[in-house]
Amino acid sequence: MKSRTLGQEFVKGLWAENPVSRQLLGMCSTLAVTNAVINGLAMGLAVAFVLVSSSLLVSLIRKVIPNQVRIASYIVIIATFVTIADRFMAAYFPPLSKALGPYVPLIVVNCIILGRAEAFASRNSAGRSLIDALGMSLGYTIALVILSAVRELLGSGTLLGRQVIGAWFEPWVIMLLPPGAFLTLGILIATALFIEQKSRRRRPA
Amino acid sequence: MNLLLLLVSAILINNFVLHYFLGICPFLGVSKKIDAALSMGVSVTFVLTLTAVVTWVINHWLLIPYGMPYLQIVSFILVIASLVQLVEMFVRKTSPPLYQAMGIYLPLITVNCAIMGLALLASLKEYGFAETVVFGVGAGIGFTLAIVLMAAIRERLDLADVPGPLRGAPIALIVAGIMALAFLGFSGMIK
Repeated sequence: MKSRTLGQEFVKGLWAENPVSRQLLGMCSTLAVTNAVINGLAMGLAVAFVLVSSSLLVSLIRKVIPNQVRIASYIVIIATFVTIADRFMAAYFPPLSKALGPYVPLIVVNCIILGRAEAFASRNSAGRSLIDALGMSLGYTIALVILSAVRELLGSGTLLGRQVIGAWFEPWVIMLLPPGAFLTLGILIATALFIEQKSRRRRPA
Repeated sequence: MNLLLLLVSAILINNFVLHYFLGICPFLGVSKKIDAALSMGVSVTFVLTLTAVVTWVINHWLLIPYGMPYLQIVSFILVIASLVQLVEMFVRKTSPPLYQAMGIYLPLITVNCAIMGLALLASLKEYGFAETVVFGVGAGIGFTLAIVLMAAIRERLDLADVPGPLRGAPIALIVAGIMALAFLGFSGMIK
């Protein structure tokens, strides 16, 4: 753990420990909001804000918090930042906030954030935690954008609301509905595992 | 009549797992054996019902009259965490066999998005007290139904020859997708 350089700390969130494809964390929001790229991107950024700020704060005050009440304190810290993100979105991007519905407040129970606070920020310096949180949130956002791009492209033939596929294309409405979320994520994770297995076979460790 | 409609729709149509994507972590994590899934479902139903009552009271008697709805997220999560802790202590003292059955799942429920989701959805849809409680019970039964069905399928899946990269989470997600597809059929029941 200690031997990792800062660069490796950042990169691990993108692939090797990607919160979505590897750790299967934060599934609720991942599946629920990814019916359009803009929603997936907004969710990714909101999670990034909460994750980075709470990781930073937790690692700064980790020596002050008594061990017995640490989880409760983390939850209060996270809930505070989620409230900020939620109010900010409701004030500046009302349509987006409406589209995401209860899933922005639900970031508070997103396991990624509490998981990083407990597993990483509580025992590492502020700088390291910041890098770790940035990597994790970037990995999460990328996964969300890929997932929502597939669903939006197949479900309505658009990307970011712009028509990409010609009029001949009959949209697969199912991709926008809940089953499409489960199926797409399942296939995406299987693809990630497939690539991983292929590359491991090529250069045995 | 309206309450009955709400109950049925919470169980089958707006199923918490397959429609709102709430409680996916336990749905994928604790669905390998039917009896474990059943215990998890019962524990979640119990906590959901309690949460529905308590958060409604807090929201309508405390937060709204004093103009502090922005404290919803913080207060709900604290209430849920302490509620789960209380239930755990109560069950441990009063019924050891029940504690054996659902004890290990209780702490996990704190970070179960279904509980927080119920509190937020009930407040978002501006449900009255009776509606909130019925919504909570229905959500719990719906969750139990989904997780037990999932466990039953996965017990069979263990014997199947699943291609390498699909093993584990991917095939579970695809199964969930097909289940969600089947549950979509119920949406014709109520307009």
